[in-house]
Amino acid sequence: MRVAVVTFPGSNCDNDIVSVLKNFYSAQVDKIWHKDQFSVKYDLVILPGGFSYGDYLRSGAMAAFSPVMQSVKEHVGRGGKLFGICNGFQILAEAGYLPGALIRNRNLKYVCRTVGLKKGSDSNRISGKLPDDRILRVPVAHGDGCYFASSEVRKQLKEEGRILFLYSGGNPNGSLDDIAGICSSDFKVTGMMPHPERAMNEVTGEMDGKVVLDLILGI
Amino acid sequence: MFIARINVTLKESVLDPQGSTVQGTLHELGESSVQDVRVGKYIEVKLDSPDIASAQKIVDRICEKLLVNHVIETYRSEIIPA
Repeated sequence: MRVAVVTFPGSNCDNDIVSVLKNFYSAQVDKIWHKDQFSVKYDLVILPGGFSYGDYLRSGAMAAFSPVMQSVKEHVGRGGKLFGICNGFQILAEAGYLPGALIRNRNLKYVCRTVGLKKGSDSNRISGKLPDDRILRVPVAHGDGCYFASSEVRKQLKEEGRILFLYSGGNPNGSLDDIAGICSSDFKVTGMMPHPERAMNEVTGEMDGKVVLDLILGI
Repeated sequence: MFIARINVTLKESVLDPQGSTVQGTLHELGESSVQDVRVGKYIEVKLDSPDIASAQKIVDRICEKLLVNHVIETYRSEIIPA
């Protein structure tokens, strides 16, 4: 598996996901600076967590126009997979790859803790295989993680089985319908606020990130 | 040269937790007449443009492209000679 991880000014989870991809998936990983373009045919491009452009204007707004996004567009056009984690999810929403927007957490607090996640729907081609009662424990760390979309858009996401994960046992940010992650209609573009790459280590006692990444990476 | 004063606010349909919090504090300060508070963004842009009409077109374009996320926000603008 060949993967590109994009680094924007302010990305801070790029090395975490790179190390997970190398250590747990033996992936061939290239880090791409946001001002660069790429022509390599990657299986997957990841937009990592962080605070691209200092979250100025809106989280992910400026990164959506970074030069690398032209190559990302071509990658998606070739049928490549695209995955955004946290700030990466915000960028995907701002860039129009995923519907809706991530707005300020309802309680205005930056939330940094482990939350419960369950599958979005049975018909979700990525997470639908999970048993109904399987609650994954994955950390979140964000100030702008409240998923907002019109009721029509949320209805469509539900009908098309595009809700990747739902928060379970408490909604950390006020996301509408408890949405923690969604995907495109062809299931190739995925975005989620929780950080699976931070739940990969027995030392910290959280290993469910591996379950999430296995599903998304399709292994 | 013109200056565009752009006010970006969350749409009415989007909950504004900052506004609600500020309103709560104003009530605690005894300002019970305050019915609603919406907190937005003020963006000032200096434009090199021959006239107000073309300046307005530029403002609408940059709001559409970057300054405003139309999923959640709306804006109003005022253009004055610099």
